[in-house]
Amino acid sequence: MQREGSALHGLGVVILKELSDHLTSTRMRVLEWLVVVVGILAVYGAIQQIKDTTAEDPFLFLKLFTTSRESVPFTFVALLSILVPVISVGMAFDSVNGEHNRRTLSRILSQPIYRDALLFGKFLAGLFTLSVSLIALWLLVIGLGLFLLGLPPSGEELTRAFIFLLVTIAYAGVWLALAMLFSIIFRSPATVALVSLGLWFLTLIWPMLAPAIAIAFTPSSDEETLILAAQYLSRLSPSTLYGEVVLAVLNPTTRSLGPMYLSQLQGAVLGAPMPLGESLIIAWPQIVGLIASTILLFVLGYVIFQRQEVRA
Amino acid sequence: MSADNVIEAQGLTKRYNGVAVVKGISFSVARGEIFGLLGPNGAGKTTTILMLLGLSDISEGQARVLGHDPEREPLAVKRLVGYLPDQVGFYDNLTASDNLRYTARLMGLERDEREEKIASSLDHVGLGDVADRPVDTFSRGMRQRLGLAEILMKEAQIAILDEPTSGLDPQATAELLQIIRNLKNRKVSVLLSSHLLDRVQSICDRVALFNEGNIALLGTVGELGRQVLGVGYYVDLEAEGQGIAEKLRALPGVKSVEVAGANHVRIYAERDVRPEAAAVVAAGGRLLRLSVETPSLEMIYTRYFENVSGGRHAA
Repeated sequence: MQREGSALHGLGVVILKELSDHLTSTRMRVLEWLVVVVGILAVYGAIQQIKDTTAEDPFLFLKLFTTSRESVPFTFVALLSILVPVISVGMAFDSVNGEHNRRTLSRILSQPIYRDALLFGKFLAGLFTLSVSLIALWLLVIGLGLFLLGLPPSGEELTRAFIFLLVTIAYAGVWLALAMLFSIIFRSPATVALVSLGLWFLTLIWPMLAPAIAIAFTPSSDEETLILAAQYLSRLSPSTLYGEVVLAVLNPTTRSLGPMYLSQLQGAVLGAPMPLGESLIIAWPQIVGLIASTILLFVLGYVIFQRQEVRA
Repeated sequence: MSADNVIEAQGLTKRYNGVAVVKGISFSVARGEIFGLLGPNGAGKTTTILMLLGLSDISEGQARVLGHDPEREPLAVKRLVGYLPDQVGFYDNLTASDNLRYTARLMGLERDEREEKIASSLDHVGLGDVADRPVDTFSRGMRQRLGLAEILMKEAQIAILDEPTSGLDPQATAELLQIIRNLKNRKVSVLLSSHLLDRVQSICDRVALFNEGNIALLGTVGELGRQVLGVGYYVDLEAEGQGIAEKLRALPGVKSVEVAGANHVRIYAERDVRPEAAAVVAAGGRLLRLSVETPSLEMIYTRYFENVSGGRHAA
């Protein structure tokens, strides 16, 4: 049945309202500080390590993101892949059920807007807030790098770092959409937080779990099959996808994200950097995977929300 | 369809998983009328309201709100109709005026118009002084009034109020009812649902009595009284004189006369028979007191549900 009027009427108003909620909330401030402090620590560690050990590297600047001091085992990238889900979940775990529980939902929906505008607005405002924090953090790292390393990044380094930023935002989008989906399904914000963080914890141990599951459920005992099965399984986790993209983008010598045959390496100059385009092609399936899962999770939530009864 | 009806419902039906909770109800609300939906909780009042607003799909039948189909043109309906949900909620961290500002933006009001309307509607419901206080300091009554301020700000042609007075103390209820009466004076039609019967009776022009998804009775309180109790008016009469009761029984329209005490009779009548009764008394005695009551909605409601459940026991 055709409905009159645009489904996105009132979207801008919802986005502005949600943004101002996010940016003034205590929750957001705590999470931001957490990221900034941890980020600075990781980068500072990386710089110390680079100063001590690296003599020459064409992509020195990118090492900021991927190096850590031996005493602190977390690189900036690893920290982001752990912290970004927590922040995203923190932004969205009470987004829809919060409206239900405050009994504001039916009042807002009785204004001349469709539900679409409310849901899109909430998602986009969340993503925008996350983007602002991540961009700020990214600039902070680059600034620190300039200041402490004392050498400017090359054009390609900046491009790669920028792609890394975009991919991180997409990764945040996956978790935001997931938490939002749960906030549509479950009426209690505590349940949403627990379920989302449970899944987050699962992604932490998933790299260890996937090979075990592959061995248990793969009928063939052929080693190649097992490795491939484990890899496909582990790629179900957005953290794995994110890690692989980051590896390809920030480490230009990466040639493949899967197992390689010796024959494939014939004639390759090992340790030689790949051009940017090639690195992107290597990581393209993973990038698409991240964006696609965001869209998929959002659409699932959208469908459920449209069919849900408004009454409390 | 009559041109003067703002809401028309024809065979409106709602099913959840095959179970009908609203079973083909039909009613209409005239312009400027206060129409009450009454009935126990779970009788289908809120579901009916949500269908009229386009917030819930209509399983069968059709509705017209100011000539618009709430399923196909929900935005047009929601532009013209103000809705106060049961136990309305606001964003507690925002002030009263900020809460209204958000909905005013959603309504698409321009800035100057918006600020002016927010201020005037808050003043109208008596919240002008606390406009800049966060809503979490507000009492139930103040929240309900803020909800009405939103409807005023919208300049809605129809106000749909779901249980507006439930959980309010008597004074807050009185204030709220006064605001609802003012809505009527502004030519706003009001559709309200309630299970607080005496309050509803005092402001409703017509009521529909819901029972398990059906409209069991529909009409003015007097009409319902005639349908359920068989009478429309109780006239209480105290007078000195001989044989008054017999003379009263002979009056046209009088159903029965009950002698309640010395010099005190109760007349059950189809219409207001006070003038005739006064004339009868004046012919042979002295009138001490004469008063008329329509049967209370409470009485009708209780009797109706007694009849319904009594019938079920018999079956």
